[in-house]
Amino acid sequence: MKRESPGVKGQHDWSVFVNVLLVCGLLVGSSSRSLAQEPLPPPKDFRVFDTPSDGGGSLTGIWPPAPYDLKEVRYQVLLSDGRDTSEPSTFKIVAEFPANTHYIRESKWPWWTRPAEREQHQFTLKHGKGVELKDGTAYHVALAVVSGDARTFTTVAQATPEPNWMNWNQINNLFLALLFGGIVFYAISVAKKREIFLRRIPGLDAVDEAIGRSTELGKPVLYLTGAHDMSDPSTIAAAVILGRVAKRAAAYETDLLVPHRDPITMAVCQEITKQAYLEAGKPDLFKEDANFFITTDQFSYTAAVDGIMLRKKPAANFFMGAYFAESLLLTETGASTGAIQIAGTDSDHQLPFFVTTCDYTLIGEELYAASAYLSREPIQVGTLRGQDIGKALILGVLTVGTVLATAGALLDAQWPQLFLDVFKDVK
Amino acid sequence: MIFLRRQMPLLITLVTGLIFAAQYYVPHPASEQLLTSVTKWLQIIGGFALVLGVSSLFHVHAVKIRRKEAGWGYSVVLYVGMFITIVAGLGYSFNLGQWVSGKEQINGAMTTFGWIYSYMMVPLQGTMFAILAFFIASAAYRSFRARSREAAVLLVAAVIVMMGRVPLGEYVLPLSGDVSQWILNVLNASVRRAILIGVSLGVVALSFKIIFGLERSYLGGGKE
Repeated sequence: MKRESPGVKGQHDWSVFVNVLLVCGLLVGSSSRSLAQEPLPPPKDFRVFDTPSDGGGSLTGIWPPAPYDLKEVRYQVLLSDGRDTSEPSTFKIVAEFPANTHYIRESKWPWWTRPAEREQHQFTLKHGKGVELKDGTAYHVALAVVSGDARTFTTVAQATPEPNWMNWNQINNLFLALLFGGIVFYAISVAKKREIFLRRIPGLDAVDEAIGRSTELGKPVLYLTGAHDMSDPSTIAAAVILGRVAKRAAAYETDLLVPHRDPITMAVCQEITKQAYLEAGKPDLFKEDANFFITTDQFSYTAAVDGIMLRKKPAANFFMGAYFAESLLLTETGASTGAIQIAGTDSDHQLPFFVTTCDYTLIGEELYAASAYLSREPIQVGTLRGQDIGKALILGVLTVGTVLATAGALLDAQWPQLFLDVFKDVK
Repeated sequence: MIFLRRQMPLLITLVTGLIFAAQYYVPHPASEQLLTSVTKWLQIIGGFALVLGVSSLFHVHAVKIRRKEAGWGYSVVLYVGMFITIVAGLGYSFNLGQWVSGKEQINGAMTTFGWIYSYMMVPLQGTMFAILAFFIASAAYRSFRARSREAAVLLVAAVIVMMGRVPLGEYVLPLSGDVSQWILNVLNASVRRAILIGVSLGVVALSFKIIFGLERSYLGGGKE
């Protein structure tokens, strides 16, 4: 019996391995060559329609997946230039992409407007970048399957782009807004009937203290309404709080300084301040130039306000509204003068600076709650309760979503994904 | 009179508020056209409002100069600076001795307006922005003194994040990169999102109140 040495056995194994590789290579080569050279049957159900829920100038094509949906095979979207609408080979190529891309599941259509199954292919043609799609004009579109040099065509489909009057993709947004609006109005009606508890907000409790301190020291109160104009809700909230602060300042007969970056905000705040002095019964103390314009430029404004802080040494500084890089320059200067500082902003990127340098900071939504907290009017308080219910709903959905996602991952199940997709689309 | 001061603004707010809330859901070109037109109106109104702002600025500083209040010299500087900039901006270049219709450069030569902008405004703005670094240092020094448990947590987190964000820090403390990323992506991001959810609900609620006339303080207070 001849005993094979380990080296000979190794050689034998290698030759077998190389042979297998060669055979595999030949097989793969022949299959890819056949894929590259043989014409492939085009999709049968290619259809084109006006893209729904858009502003016009757009068509969408949909076709079923094919067994040859590989990256080596390519789809071409063809658009007729109007000369010969029956022969797709004369059409202009307006898009080309690998056959394993452009599925409906990759698009942003939510489930309620999805035109076909998630596994189908889709391509949206839009006016511009060499493609001309005029509303009200019929266009002929075809699809080509390209495999190597071979090209096969679907039948020509016809569609007319039209603008739409409703974007149904965003109907979830409208639904949620109306739901939230309903909750707010319900909460207001409840607040009118019975008292609703409001948690303490130290920053707003300190408003009286700050103005009182200014009165004792005979120094003015400085109030800033932020970097944005009146179209920003945070500026509106700041203007509303200014009314309350001005009323207290009027009652305590303390000077109020309100430098502005936007002339329209200045005009609105002048009216608010005037009304506050009237309501406080001190119209004679109202000064027209308590609200004054400085500049719209960010750092010029900052330098001017810093100068006011250093020269007039206000005893209370209020920073309400939206802020950017100037926040720390303002508040750090204010802190160096020893003033009580109260900030309120929804600019989350500036919150650390305000928290660091101010005595009290209204974080995010507290800025919007300030009006309710200071006035205690049922309408305002009811709105706050509505916000809380909205937050509870969002928190509930987040919790359910987290549990479902975790369950799906742990159990390796697909069913939680269905619910998660619904949440994702409705959000 | 009451109608013009109260009901009329509320009516305008209600109608425009509802129209532009609906505009968000209408993709038709007519809707886009409406938005574009109104944006132009706003720009025009903003232009007129600037006159209001500048007149306020002149008035405040004129009073200061007239009364010779503390720091009235700065008001004179403001008047002189504004006069020169307006003349240069309207088109006269003092160094070239000709009208240049507000351009910053003519044939490679800088006009007075361009000179004011490039050699005064830009450096001054840059200086103000640069000061921020020193303000951050002083604010950080005050905040990071571990006088309370919260301040201690802030100090530790800040040190880790600072170490993890610079190559040298990560070299000295190799784990700091991953830990700082975790702090930013998990703790920081979740808290920011919570704040943003609250802010968004606040904005929507305030918008409802304004559109339906429940919040009227911005009109000058009062409940009548």
